[in-house]
Amino acid sequence: MAAPVSAARPPAGGSTRSWAPMVPRWTVYVAGLIPAAWALGLGLNDALGAEPIKELEHLLGLWALRFLLAALAVTPLRQLTGVNLLRYRRALGLLAFYYAALHLAVYLLLDQGLDAGAIAADVLKRPYITVGFASFLVLLPLAATSTNGMIRRLGGRAWARLHRFVYLAAALAALHFVLVVKSWPAEPLIYAAACAALLASRAYPAAAAARRGPRT
Amino acid sequence: ADVLRAAASRFSTDEKQTSRQDATSYNNFYEFGTDKGDPATYAGALVTKPWTVRVDGLVDKPADYALDDLIKPFALEERIYRHRCVEGWSMVIPWLGFPLAEVIRRAEPSSAAKFVAFQTLMRPEQMRGQRGFLPVLDWPYVEGLRVDEAMHPLTILAVGMYGETLPNQNGAPLRLVVPWKYGFKGIKSIVRISLVDKEPPTSWNRQAPSEYGFYSNVNPAVDHPRWSQATERRIGDGGLFAKRRPTLPFNGYGEQVAGLYAGMDLKTYF
Repeated sequence: MAAPVSAARPPAGGSTRSWAPMVPRWTVYVAGLIPAAWALGLGLNDALGAEPIKELEHLLGLWALRFLLAALAVTPLRQLTGVNLLRYRRALGLLAFYYAALHLAVYLLLDQGLDAGAIAADVLKRPYITVGFASFLVLLPLAATSTNGMIRRLGGRAWARLHRFVYLAAALAALHFVLVVKSWPAEPLIYAAACAALLASRAYPAAAAARRGPRT
Repeated sequence: ADVLRAAASRFSTDEKQTSRQDATSYNNFYEFGTDKGDPATYAGALVTKPWTVRVDGLVDKPADYALDDLIKPFALEERIYRHRCVEGWSMVIPWLGFPLAEVIRRAEPSSAAKFVAFQTLMRPEQMRGQRGFLPVLDWPYVEGLRVDEAMHPLTILAVGMYGETLPNQNGAPLRLVVPWKYGFKGIKSIVRISLVDKEPPTSWNRQAPSEYGFYSNVNPAVDHPRWSQATERRIGDGGLFAKRRPTLPFNGYGEQVAGLYAGMDLKTYF
């Protein structure tokens, strides 16, 4: 679920900071799943406050959005600073998907108790749920094709084109957060602004290239 | 908090009460921030002594009352009420207070008075939510009731809960409780009660008129535009595996209050 500068292309070499490749990829997955384990542990120990289901749902959704934005930040970060985290981008994207799936599972199982009528009504009638659900559906094929084998089978170009849908997923996820709250509190707006900035950075590739300047 | 004495009331429910811990730590009081934990964290900054309440408008005896003088003539009652938030959660809270009707009668309203307008304290230096860079609401918070709603015996002004004076995060020192309406109608930290002849503006209605009506009676048949109101989650009902409960019309107080709305289309007047 990476952004389009695809893994099929050779990685941009020279500007990589030396510390980045020293961290093995699996540690990103392990570290990335700590918030989920932590939240679940708090929930099972009745330590998630007055509305534990809502809190768990919210935390998982928030981390899904954070990892999605982190995955989107890899390319601009490299362009702006030269720090190259490309080799961790798949992990970040997949973590976003795992959290989105857990978030959805909590909604379906714990929040709605698998009440099909209530869930169908929610998905069809509530824009924030429609939008959130759509975001998950967009992420699904991206997660399913986040393997080296799938990149080979699809071909780098088609794979990159498909994975450009991550922009749509991120925009929908940020909108989902804004729509779920009353009034206009700051937090969802900050995430929406970060998402907008990350998407906007793709809209000006020429400007970005100019900023990148000569490699040292 | 000071201990208060209060008589039991026939209007109380015998449902299991929400824990004091949950009722005083999970609050919406946007004057202190939008997070549910913000009021408990930041409301300590609010100074509630001295406190003055102005009762004015279309009344023969307008007055500025020191809080103690406002309360003194009335016997406190404990009212254990269901409390339903528009967000879809609910609690059962033992309030201590007295009927709002008593305060209104004492002011001797004129026959032109049709509505009651309420206002919360405006004091940004103690209420951090009021000095936000992006105000979530147009301060000060205002609310309103029709006079017959305000005079209804279920409608109280609360000065305490759980046998003690109100914690700041719950609306100290004086708040409105209207148990058949969504919680945001229960305006907190009241400084002004005015009898008026026209429907007064209300904060959430001004913020999003299509989502929050003037009446805001609890109604499972009228969804919030963005979420269902058919069910609710009772706080403290049992961790991660608690089931939702069906929401009752008028929050279960229909027998007492449905008559107030006879002939009104509650989908229009939501």
